[in-house]
Amino acid sequence: MVTLKSLPEEELFLAGSTACHGCPSSLALRIAFKALGSNVLLIVVASCTSVLQGSYPFSAINVPLLNMAFATGGASASGAVAGYKALKKRGEIEEEPTVLVWAGDGGTYDIGIQSLSGAAERETNFIYFCYNNEMYSNTGTQRSGATPLGAWTTTTPAGKPQHRKDIAQIMIAHGIPYVATVSLAYPLDFFQKMQKAKSIVGTKYIELLAPCPPGWKFPSSKTIEVSRLAVQSGMWLLYEHENGETRFTAATKKIIEGKVRKRPVKEYLDMQGRFKPVLEKPEGKEAEELLERKVTESIKRLKGWVPEYI
Amino acid sequence: MRVLETGNHLVALAARAAGVEVVPAYPITPQTQVIEKIAELIAAGQMDAEYIPVESEHSACAALVAASLTGARAFSATSAHGLAYMHEMVHFAAGIRAPVVMVNVNRALGPGWNIWCDHQDSISQRDTGWLQLYAASHQEVVDSVIQGYRIAEDWSVLLPHMINIDAFVLSHTYMDAEVPEIDEVKDFLPPYKPRWKFDPRLPVTHGSVVYPDDFSETRQSMQIGQENARRVIREVCKEYSELFGRWHGDLVEEYRIDDADIAIVAMGTIASESKVAVDVLREEGVCAGVFRVRYFRPFPIEEIRSLGHRVKSVLVIDRDYSYGMEGALFTELKGALYGYSEIPVRNLIVGLGGRDVSYELIVDMAKKALSGELGEITWGDSRLTSAHRVTLECLEDFKKIFG
Repeated sequence: MVTLKSLPEEELFLAGSTACHGCPSSLALRIAFKALGSNVLLIVVASCTSVLQGSYPFSAINVPLLNMAFATGGASASGAVAGYKALKKRGEIEEEPTVLVWAGDGGTYDIGIQSLSGAAERETNFIYFCYNNEMYSNTGTQRSGATPLGAWTTTTPAGKPQHRKDIAQIMIAHGIPYVATVSLAYPLDFFQKMQKAKSIVGTKYIELLAPCPPGWKFPSSKTIEVSRLAVQSGMWLLYEHENGETRFTAATKKIIEGKVRKRPVKEYLDMQGRFKPVLEKPEGKEAEELLERKVTESIKRLKGWVPEYI
Repeated sequence: MRVLETGNHLVALAARAAGVEVVPAYPITPQTQVIEKIAELIAAGQMDAEYIPVESEHSACAALVAASLTGARAFSATSAHGLAYMHEMVHFAAGIRAPVVMVNVNRALGPGWNIWCDHQDSISQRDTGWLQLYAASHQEVVDSVIQGYRIAEDWSVLLPHMINIDAFVLSHTYMDAEVPEIDEVKDFLPPYKPRWKFDPRLPVTHGSVVYPDDFSETRQSMQIGQENARRVIREVCKEYSELFGRWHGDLVEEYRIDDADIAIVAMGTIASESKVAVDVLREEGVCAGVFRVRYFRPFPIEEIRSLGHRVKSVLVIDRDYSYGMEGALFTELKGALYGYSEIPVRNLIVGLGGRDVSYELIVDMAKKALSGELGEITWGDSRLTSAHRVTLECLEDFKKIFG
């Protein structure tokens, strides 16, 4: 059994990064590297991680790291995978490195969806990791396709009027062999899903809900707590999809099985400043109800795909 | 091996001869046959490369860059809107120093939709940092692709190389050409040995944030690569001609220029047509020559400065236009001559969107340029067609109805 103590001690995400306090991407990189080891090519598309890795000539990342343009995550992976395959044919390398794309929700839900979809359709053998902080945090917190209903951003000053899209389900619809959602509050679940992704050939899509302290307006010491409450309230569902089946995992599984009571969405919203503008208005109650209903709908839809829970 | 093939198929055969290992590509007329042929060769087991059927040109160039930086020899081909669509990555490829080769089949940019030849697409990529060659014959297409890797991958250059070939004039016409076998090319072009690569045994970060204190030097190093390319191009073309017996020029190609009064300066197949024009002009007693700009980047500054002292007049033919200014080659040539020569330089704009450029027209314009009749910029084949008249009538209708 994997325990926190049994995780590899080697850190490939080094000290000296320029991340904000409580940054979820830097925490996630640590866990991801522990699961994947050092034979990795990391491809970072324009996002906070382009900045938090450190600036030229310093780098906090101790694996090869290619920084690429915003829209290119999937395509860059296809190129790198093909390149390593050629090197293996030439006898220059024995084992092809794991190609790991690291992208935010802007680079995944919005500008990068075409490239990601193309790579998935081509069955490129790589792991696509989306750290979803539900906004364009790097440019100063603008709305993205991942921003939830009601959330304040600089481009939705009155709260976002639309729901977010569910890209993990779009990836499942591509028929790729592995899709999983992860949370920093459940690091062993996260670690095991990364390990599993590494062992599977084909396109793997992993998505982390990445609470962003300055963007979501909560104290930087609360990243894990907000992550946990997101799962406990059902606003972030932990599951993995493999061989045509969706399985809930960690706390989400316990909620679905009725072993743990789901916490109200309101508690999660109240922890963050970004929902305040909406919640303070008369329509705040309606937004809260719409989000609560969305949680129920999401669980229902996912449950429909899992025979044992019908 | 001697073959009778289209320019596009010759590109594919040349890429194979060059030992290309990864080919990300997206179809676009008139480039399509290039990638069809490569896919066909790979499927038949006649080419050992990874073909990546990307979902856009932006992705094609991203995959091209990523493959190259792992240490593989990568190739792609595109045209016009495809090249424009990948523009961000065209900059990226040069800025990140990926020594790839890409063939661009020169085609007009819409609207209106036009699949035929002009140079607007590649001229618009002038400032991206790529080496840019314009081929004038089928055989040159083959040899340029092979030479392109030697030049791009030279450790003193390390810049991507664009080979421009004129749509249809070269891409779709059949011509016999000599395509060297892979074994024949091996000594001239050994497998790609990068100066550095993405290898987990020696991890490096590339393309990260560079602050103003360090940025300018990264761009200056690209210019140094371009300047070094001038020397490398001359050396590589000379070595190639010694090994394979074929010479298409280096940065430039000259034709009957030594005793010429007027030099016709052009790029691509218009330069070939100009050679015919020069022969006709000389039969009529006009001393003309062709000065073909083979490499638009790096620009042949020294050669052009010397030309400024060898001829009395220059006619620059542009198959492109920099709107609000003049033909792009015209601007560049005058810039190179500035302070070195005061001979009259005239600009002829022809062949946009695939309109045929005849040697008769070039003969006529060269005579007018020599006699001083030609204005600074002449749209040489501009005329009012019946289609344009329909547009004018339609505009009248708008005026009647909407005022």
